[in-house]
Amino acid sequence: MDRKALIGEALASDKQTIPQYLDYETPSLNVTEWLRYSCIPIYEQENAAKDPELASSMEKALSLINGALSFRVGFMVVPLSRDEDGFPVFPFEQRSEKLKKNLEGCDRAVLFAATIGSGIDRLIRRFEKADPKMGLLLQGLGAERVESLCDAFNDEVKEICKEAGQKTRMRYSPGYGDLPIEVQKVFLPLLDAERRLGITLSESCLMAPSKSVTAIIGIANDQQ
Amino acid sequence: MNIRDYMKDNFLFLDGGMGTLLQEAGLQPGELPERWNVTHPEEIIRIQKSYYDAGSNVVLSNTFGANGLKFDDEELEQLVTAAVKNAREAARQSTGTQEKYVALDIGPLGKLLKPYGDYEFEDAVAMYSKTVKIGVAAGVDLVFIETMNDSYDTKAALLAVKENTDLPVFVSNAYGADGKLMTGASPAAMVAMLEGMHADAIGANCSLGPDQLIGVVEEYLEYASVPVLLKPNAGLPRSENGKTVYDVFPPEFSESVGKLLEKGVRIAGGCCGTTPDYIRAVVEKSKSITPVPVTEKNLSLVSSYTHAVKFGESPILIGERINPTGKKRFQQALRENDIDYILGEALKQQDAGVQLLDVNVGLPEIDEPAFLLRAVRELQAVTDLPLQLDTTDPIAMEAGLRAYNGKAMVNSVNGKEEVMSVIFPLVAKYGGFVVALTLDEGGIPDTAEERVAIAEKIIKRAADFGISKKDLIFDPLAMTISADTTAALATMQAVHRIRHDLKVNTSLGISNVSFGLPSRNIITSTFFALCLQDGLSAAIMNPYSQEMMNVYHAFRALHNMDENCMDYISYAQNLPAPTMTAPASGAPAEAPKASGESGEGPTSELQKAIVRGLKEKTGALTKAMLAERKPLEIIQSEVIPALNIVGADFEKKKVYLPQLLMAAEAAKSAFEEVKVAMAASEDGNAGSSRCAFVIATVHGDIHDIGKNIVKLILENYGFAVSDLGKDVPEQTVVDEVVRLHAPIVGLSALMTTTVPAMEETIKLLREQAPWAKVCVGGAVLTQEYSDAIGADKYCRDAMETVRYAEEIDEALKKQ
Repeated sequence: MDRKALIGEALASDKQTIPQYLDYETPSLNVTEWLRYSCIPIYEQENAAKDPELASSMEKALSLINGALSFRVGFMVVPLSRDEDGFPVFPFEQRSEKLKKNLEGCDRAVLFAATIGSGIDRLIRRFEKADPKMGLLLQGLGAERVESLCDAFNDEVKEICKEAGQKTRMRYSPGYGDLPIEVQKVFLPLLDAERRLGITLSESCLMAPSKSVTAIIGIANDQQ
Repeated sequence: MNIRDYMKDNFLFLDGGMGTLLQEAGLQPGELPERWNVTHPEEIIRIQKSYYDAGSNVVLSNTFGANGLKFDDEELEQLVTAAVKNAREAARQSTGTQEKYVALDIGPLGKLLKPYGDYEFEDAVAMYSKTVKIGVAAGVDLVFIETMNDSYDTKAALLAVKENTDLPVFVSNAYGADGKLMTGASPAAMVAMLEGMHADAIGANCSLGPDQLIGVVEEYLEYASVPVLLKPNAGLPRSENGKTVYDVFPPEFSESVGKLLEKGVRIAGGCCGTTPDYIRAVVEKSKSITPVPVTEKNLSLVSSYTHAVKFGESPILIGERINPTGKKRFQQALRENDIDYILGEALKQQDAGVQLLDVNVGLPEIDEPAFLLRAVRELQAVTDLPLQLDTTDPIAMEAGLRAYNGKAMVNSVNGKEEVMSVIFPLVAKYGGFVVALTLDEGGIPDTAEERVAIAEKIIKRAADFGISKKDLIFDPLAMTISADTTAALATMQAVHRIRHDLKVNTSLGISNVSFGLPSRNIITSTFFALCLQDGLSAAIMNPYSQEMMNVYHAFRALHNMDENCMDYISYAQNLPAPTMTAPASGAPAEAPKASGESGEGPTSELQKAIVRGLKEKTGALTKAMLAERKPLEIIQSEVIPALNIVGADFEKKKVYLPQLLMAAEAAKSAFEEVKVAMAASEDGNAGSSRCAFVIATVHGDIHDIGKNIVKLILENYGFAVSDLGKDVPEQTVVDEVVRLHAPIVGLSALMTTTVPAMEETIKLLREQAPWAKVCVGGAVLTQEYSDAIGADKYCRDAMETVRYAEEIDEALKKQ
């Protein structure tokens, strides 16, 4: 079954769905974001673009990641109820005011985990010692790649919802604002992420591969 | 019948999925299935009996997640023991007449090991050992390690089994759609490692359906000399009316698995989504198929955590540069615990095109076992090349082999009994591809015949330890022709005979041949070509020698090992233009004034090179300058001023971080030249001109790029930086500060969750090292945070850290 059909089927369910796994093609590159994640602020980028050394390093970084990444997403849809204080109820404990606000009017949410795999971590490891500038560019590139992967998935969810007359909220991640990062301990097992996506958690709830993202996308029927 | 005997002539059938059947029986989401061994034994027995009834020879105990991370010791023992008992009971109740076995099921701990994760390899071994010991005591017939998606984790589990029982052990890995493990290992790499450690059967399970695993299975069949197993999913899962359904049904499943049995798979079952009906269909299907005999593939393999390297076809280059012999700069690095220098040598050699790295860190005054262990771990964090562990100390060899992720090359044994009897047992336990020198108690024989005789003796002795000749590679020893002009002839004859008569691989340390002669490269590279012609399989060599690389590439092209000469062409295209000599002795001491916009631009060629981040040029200019000026003077009047220019521009936001890093790297190459010069002048420890600085990413945090940048810049400014790495326990920081009586400590944290660890570290420092100033930095920190946790200084970036450290250093000097 193709990707959109799988997402569509899950979104059509009014019960909690089983996790599904999607493979993506290489998402298109957002150079501005890449440089921003590489500590070159947007207002500096015009200047930076004139630097031939930087241009050739960027080219090298792109050739290094060629074939070294995989773009995978695991997701599920959960129905949302509210507890007596109005907090949305998830399979994990949390009382985040910001998430509550983000999910106002939503009766369901998509939980997902995205990763570009461990190849990027090997490259970063290799270059941050031998060539720190390349290490930094690879860090930035990895961050941009996984965010672009999230965008690709998010866009598909948004589009399918739109066809059904529904709206999606901005995706919201554990560890962001007042949503504690500890929810990862339940979030990732729900998606069977260790086995199916290779995402593991450290003691302090950091994900490995490092270029992995988990997030919640609220779905509302209203026109807000 | 013993399972090992039964497997010889028969297909062996495994069981199918457990999870979905347990859910149907009422297991709730989030409930741990292992607890059902005690709470619902009748359900477990019923399901397992249905697998035996369907024809499974082997049923796995319901212990996939039974490990010490999920359960305390008492419950673990209770659950595993009950699980084994349940499976036994299922076998007893079953009406099936086939041979029945119970396997202890071991699944992954779910922790990623260091260096990419935060879990210690030895902790993983200990954790797996707990489950293994209980299972073995409860009386299983074999151990089944499955669904492993990381090579190092697989090694930990297999080692735990091997250290606790002699029972047969099967090892099954979970491959992604790209045909690799999640952390990058290919099937060939897993075959190399697992066969080296004597797994009884190996293969793949879970993640995909049988058709998607064809490529993986074929690679196993090509490389493996032990039975190959397959336990695929019933295709891909889908949600239907709130229930999970899979898209491959028993008829197609057994059809697909049947095809792979015909290709040579000997052990088959199912994973997620499969039920007894799937197993019954596979068993039925197999009745018309004759098992393909398992054959010895005679492949000589070494592996890293990503790929295997095969010896005996295209020649293999082994980089020799990680070795202190005769290298003062390297010796200095070892004494100073300067691992980055060694990593740099590794990466340079990889770029030069070697397929393996020799690692020798032996120096009389260092703790070689500890250092080799560290070197193996650190090297495997930055390079995926397989390593050749080069030591004469068996304790160091064991430490290295144990920590190694993959199947290492072992350098070396020789014909002396005292050496073989200590090294071969290590190889038998951890796996390895062993370099064997053709010398013995009587020394190095002069003739090829005598060397071949020693080789034969070594082959026999290795066989006593279960090591076959495919895992040996002979080094018939290259001796210098300046002492005896027949020496090279004897070596070449020995290479020829060992390769063609004994049919074993050969390797040589090539460069010895020209010792004592002028223009050594001419002799060495010609000797290399001749040996290759005689069948040399590998060479330990200097990859920076263009002559050697020329020979290697030309040989491959001439011997039809290089399709369409593609490798040769790309090599030739990247050859440097005819070499120009580096700027002669007098680098312009007074270069023309730079055209800097500000009045404080770079004032010499060297300064310009640093400011522009030109690494090679900086190195060459520094080298030339060293002929005339004192090392420390160059640092003081050239390197530091250049860094100050870039640093100031960074602070004014005129340059951005990547440029600052490039300049820092360029400066580092100047420091390297200075260090070489100082090491040569026996004036060794004129090292740092500034105080000690201890730096660490705090406990629980594994982000270190920011910390590494600060370290690099601080080193540039002459601080003696002790880098403790990342995820550093609080007390470790304090101990190091006390040891060095360091006046400054830099702590980095990227996440809010690890700021408490930072606070705790500062608290301990205040108690035990009250003299030390603490500066903090990292993404989540702010001035307010810094004040709240009692740091002395919040530093926004690397330059601010340098400025603060300079302040402290100046103040100290004034005292």
